[in-house]
Amino acid sequence: MDLLSLLDPSILGGTMRLATPLLLACLAGLFSERAGIFDIGLEGKMLVAAFLAGAFASTSGSVWVGLLAAIMGSLMLSGVHGLASITFRGNQLISGVAINFFASGLTVVAAQSWFGQGGRTPQLSGPARFEPIIFPGALTKLREIAQANLPMKVYSQVFSGHALIVYVALILVPVTWWILYRTRFGLRLRAVGENPAAVDTAGISVVRLRFSAVFICGILCGVAGAYLSTALQAGFVREMTAGRGYIALAALIFAKWRPWYAMAACLLFGYLQALALRPDILQKAIGLSVKVQLLDALPYIMTVVILAGFIGKAIPPRAGGEPYVKER
Amino acid sequence: MTLMTKFLGASAALALSAGAALADPALIFDLGGKFDKSFNESAFNGAQRWAEETGGSFGEFEITSDAQREQAIRQFAEAGNNPIVMAGFSWATPLATVAADYPDTKFAIIDMVVDMPNVRSVVFNEHEGSYLVGMLAAMSSETGTVGFIGGMDIPLIRKFACGYAQGVLAVNPDATIIANMTGTTPAAWNDPVKGSELTLAQISQGADVVYAAAGGTGVGVLQTAADQDILSIGVDANQNYLHPGQVLTSMLKRVDNAVYEAFTAGADLETGFNVMGVANGGVGYAMDENNASLVSAEMAASVDAAAAEISSGALVVHDYMSDESCPALSF
Repeated sequence: MDLLSLLDPSILGGTMRLATPLLLACLAGLFSERAGIFDIGLEGKMLVAAFLAGAFASTSGSVWVGLLAAIMGSLMLSGVHGLASITFRGNQLISGVAINFFASGLTVVAAQSWFGQGGRTPQLSGPARFEPIIFPGALTKLREIAQANLPMKVYSQVFSGHALIVYVALILVPVTWWILYRTRFGLRLRAVGENPAAVDTAGISVVRLRFSAVFICGILCGVAGAYLSTALQAGFVREMTAGRGYIALAALIFAKWRPWYAMAACLLFGYLQALALRPDILQKAIGLSVKVQLLDALPYIMTVVILAGFIGKAIPPRAGGEPYVKER
Repeated sequence: MTLMTKFLGASAALALSAGAALADPALIFDLGGKFDKSFNESAFNGAQRWAEETGGSFGEFEITSDAQREQAIRQFAEAGNNPIVMAGFSWATPLATVAADYPDTKFAIIDMVVDMPNVRSVVFNEHEGSYLVGMLAAMSSETGTVGFIGGMDIPLIRKFACGYAQGVLAVNPDATIIANMTGTTPAAWNDPVKGSELTLAQISQGADVVYAAAGGTGVGVLQTAADQDILSIGVDANQNYLHPGQVLTSMLKRVDNAVYEAFTAGADLETGFNVMGVANGGVGYAMDENNASLVSAEMAASVDAAAAEISSGALVVHDYMSDESCPALSF
């Protein structure tokens, strides 16, 4: 038994990297769902964004062009989702599922006809990728890090050496909190998810508020997707989101639709993913071997437990999932 | 009535195209896609080589979902293509269903056995090839710890891992082998993010050579190994060129030869069980200008000696799939 080894710096470093796409997608979902628009389509938006980021970064040679294209593509899908579920009052879940299917097929077909490499984009290098930001004095090679002392390990692996988007995602948490709880826009956004009729009565456009929430969601999903293909990896491959959009939704429920809790939930889920990669450390820590599959399933199991109401009740925004109709 | 004419017209067109395509061979790829830089691309190269040498043409199809498998085989069989070659173990079930309906068409399946009178089953002794690259890994490792990253956790991939571990231990009996599988679903073939994290995890456990047998996931493994200045080993096709000077070698699985042979034999394809191992050049390790500086003459000599022993039967590499267990590695 050596429970402290569960906090190995290399696992914590992995947590930072793996939690970032979850956190961005989770905050995206938070904006959308707080405004009363459920968004199953996080996964699809991230996937399209990952593809566009990979494609445009490789053709232009600049990761920023890729990021911009990713945000544009994701915004476009957000527009479709908004049009279907806000303007035409369609079912939000179905629209989201449609976006996921659309993204899953379109990305592969487009990548294949564009680059002809089996549905993937060319390998990115140099300025076409988000390079890790190295803090002063931090080590970069794992083999050097292994020789270093503990504070140096923590400094080099947990704090330093991540792509810009990782730090941006962390800063976005207090920003989201501030927007939601300290600005007029945030108050109205939350109100429109709880009681849109009241907001409407106050003379504020429900449609405009919901659309802005959905577009913020699109921007964040775009950044999350670009992170996957240009920072975490060097190019897009088919289905590279691998269910991260759904885990983000689980984290959102786990966090009961609140920003700081969302960060905690995403870090926890990221930690579980990082831990699943190191069965050796887990075995050393608790003295028995745990199936990797169990660790992979833990985020979902925990969400089910939360939903079953064991750890307090997770109450979604009251008007969530319902299109707003002025008169009945 | 018009509907009827359309149907008749359509079937007439189909019959015509079937006549035109008569005896053209066909190749169907697995989900990884034609240009996966690995297994499927190797199959395609074999077909391409045949087409260039004979001036013939061949039918080809890339499936995009599991549901298309049976339909794809039927379409080529209906169109009169012969033989029809399919790359990948997942084709076994649909082929077993379809093969009996077209007794005059010859089929070839790579990586799996389908026991039908008109099917040629090509399997590779991946454990032998993995043994050879395992020896190279052990000889190149400075830390005495080497890694293996598999794709989906299936017996075939464990066969790779087991052969690799035996090769490593043959050179350095005290070596540590870290083996990880990416996942248990087909998504594990296309998760380079996880592949790259697994590589980082193995490096922090001391690994300095990592062997990836993981399809598209391997792209992430090789990338991370190159970023971290350690060596990696590619699989199926020659992947040495992906990161010149940083990929130690690639475990070659001559899927291209299997396809080439099947296409050359044409409609007279010999059916039954076909094993491609070290002895008949079916598996091996890749040497080219990209890894010439990494593999010394002595290393190559001792690996070639082992290959000769395997060919002559003096050295037997344990096959995981024969008894679902591995003496050199526990999963």
